[in-house]
Amino acid sequence: MSNVLLKVNGLKKYFPIRQGMLNTQVGDVKAVDDVSFEVFEGETLGIVGESGCGKSTTGRLLMRLLEPTDGAIEFDGKMISELSNSEMRKARRDIQMIFQDPYASLNPRHSIGKILEEPLIVHGMGNAKERKKKVLELLEIVGLNEYHAKRYPHQFSGGQRQRIGIARALMTNPRLIIADEPVSALDVSIQAQVLNLLQSLQKELKLTYIFISHDLGVVRHISNRVGVMYLGRMVELTASEDLYAEPLHPYTQALLSSVPVPDPTFEREQIIITGDIPSASNPPSGCAFHTRCPFKKDVCSQVIPKLQEVKPGHSVACHLYEAIQH
Amino acid sequence: MTGTVDIKKEAAPHRERAAGPWIEGWRSFRKNKVSLVGAGIVLFFIFLALVGPWIAPQGINEQDLAKRLLAPSSEHWFGTDDFGRDILSRIIHGARVSLWVGFFSVILSIVVGSFLGIIAGYYGKWVDMIISRIFDIMLAFPSILLAIAVVAVLGPSLQNALIAIAIINIPNFGRLIRSKVLSVKEEEYIVAAKAIGMHDARILFAHILPNSMTPIIVQGTLAIATAIIEAAALGFLGLGAQAPTPEWGKMLADARKFLLNAPWTMIFPGLAIMLTVLGFNLMGDGLRDALDPKMKS
Repeated sequence: MSNVLLKVNGLKKYFPIRQGMLNTQVGDVKAVDDVSFEVFEGETLGIVGESGCGKSTTGRLLMRLLEPTDGAIEFDGKMISELSNSEMRKARRDIQMIFQDPYASLNPRHSIGKILEEPLIVHGMGNAKERKKKVLELLEIVGLNEYHAKRYPHQFSGGQRQRIGIARALMTNPRLIIADEPVSALDVSIQAQVLNLLQSLQKELKLTYIFISHDLGVVRHISNRVGVMYLGRMVELTASEDLYAEPLHPYTQALLSSVPVPDPTFEREQIIITGDIPSASNPPSGCAFHTRCPFKKDVCSQVIPKLQEVKPGHSVACHLYEAIQH
Repeated sequence: MTGTVDIKKEAAPHRERAAGPWIEGWRSFRKNKVSLVGAGIVLFFIFLALVGPWIAPQGINEQDLAKRLLAPSSEHWFGTDDFGRDILSRIIHGARVSLWVGFFSVILSIVVGSFLGIIAGYYGKWVDMIISRIFDIMLAFPSILLAIAVVAVLGPSLQNALIAIAIINIPNFGRLIRSKVLSVKEEEYIVAAKAIGMHDARILFAHILPNSMTPIIVQGTLAIATAIIEAAALGFLGLGAQAPTPEWGKMLADARKFLLNAPWTMIFPGLAIMLTVLGFNLMGDGLRDALDPKMKS
């Protein structure tokens, strides 16, 4: 594939748990624990996992909306994780975000025109006339009309608002867009429209997406490669077709077997994992999944498995597989 | 980059007036008759304050000792005081004094209180700790006592009374906006603003502040009423406006010797205070219902 646009190495985010009168730290919530991956220019990397697995936190760490506890983030050859706050603000021009809740992510007191123009003002791009032109252009691109610029967010439907959110993310001509559950709050019919819009924008504007979602179907539809997260760790990372055709990690297998199939006569072996997802403040020793894994071995509760390539382009963090030798 | 993206456009652009939150607030305020009456009273006194000198039948300090303590008549509608001055004229002029103190003391405390509150709420941690504790200490004093202390330090005058009233109201506004900021700053559009690359000042004053203003406007209207009462109280105690300024509280204080034989000297300034305060309170209640439906309960 093409160039590496974003490279994440050993990313960690621990939220301290404080207790008592003196606010002493009694532990950590390991929201993201040692996550590494690469994103290639022009591709869509999907990140899936159940709620609380750290996928949204990962998205926010990449934009440094949260400060990472440890780890390196390299965007287009620049170490983002080491930029000062003001340098980071400028860098955000190239990395933008689309949010989950289209009802909450637009300032209710600003008109759409103002919301869209603001990123340009903040980054000092263009004069008033050029900015206005660009706003109208993007409204058009996301399928809205010129006269919408004068309206306020509450006058739009969820799908329209999400398009406004997308338009805002595109205002500064970013290269990477982090989409954090961008369609989870929408009706299924509207989801398809928004997904198609995202795909055609990607083709036209050569965008790179990181697409965070809990919806396996949506991720399969839009992603080139998919990373599966469990309890703050990346457990499997591979091309989309590979993952859905031949999942290797027991957790991924269980996840995929739970996806409903629109065929009432279809019967399959469903892998049902028992127990609850363990607490991120007190994760199991060794492999975080060993408490629920049907194929557990002795080593699983002792050694944390590394994410390693077991087939070309297919990485998994599981003791059941041996790394291939290059 | 004009593209043809395969998305159905909106059907016929049915145009409706683009209504911002303020316009919608006014529409719902208009439906509340009682608060419209309140707004009417307030507007009436504002009108008096603006054109007072031109419509008052007499000057404020025109004395006529032969006509002292006259009962209300067709010549002097509200009677005369112990110097033979026309009470109606003094009340009309007094509107200017009271509203001036009310508005400016509240604006001053909103500006200072909002600034401190927004910083405490947004930055949290030790900044919040220090600012909030200062507010707590100020709120621990009975407000009029604190005002008296401030005036005692600055010296009695109308202007110092205004400053004192502004100071005692700061913690109220500060705490109000701090609590509002605490909830607003967690909103996703604030995270979005950060993601765009905005710096803190812009986030604070262009995004968080406007979205935290509603309770301030409501509380501000109600606080003008209290400020007018407090100014009157300070005037009554001799710590606010000084003679011969026609301040309503001062007029009450001067007239209390004549309560039994010339009650109109007290009744009319008292009524003026009551009506203005009532007007602001009714208007404030209406604003609360119109701008912040959640606060109704």
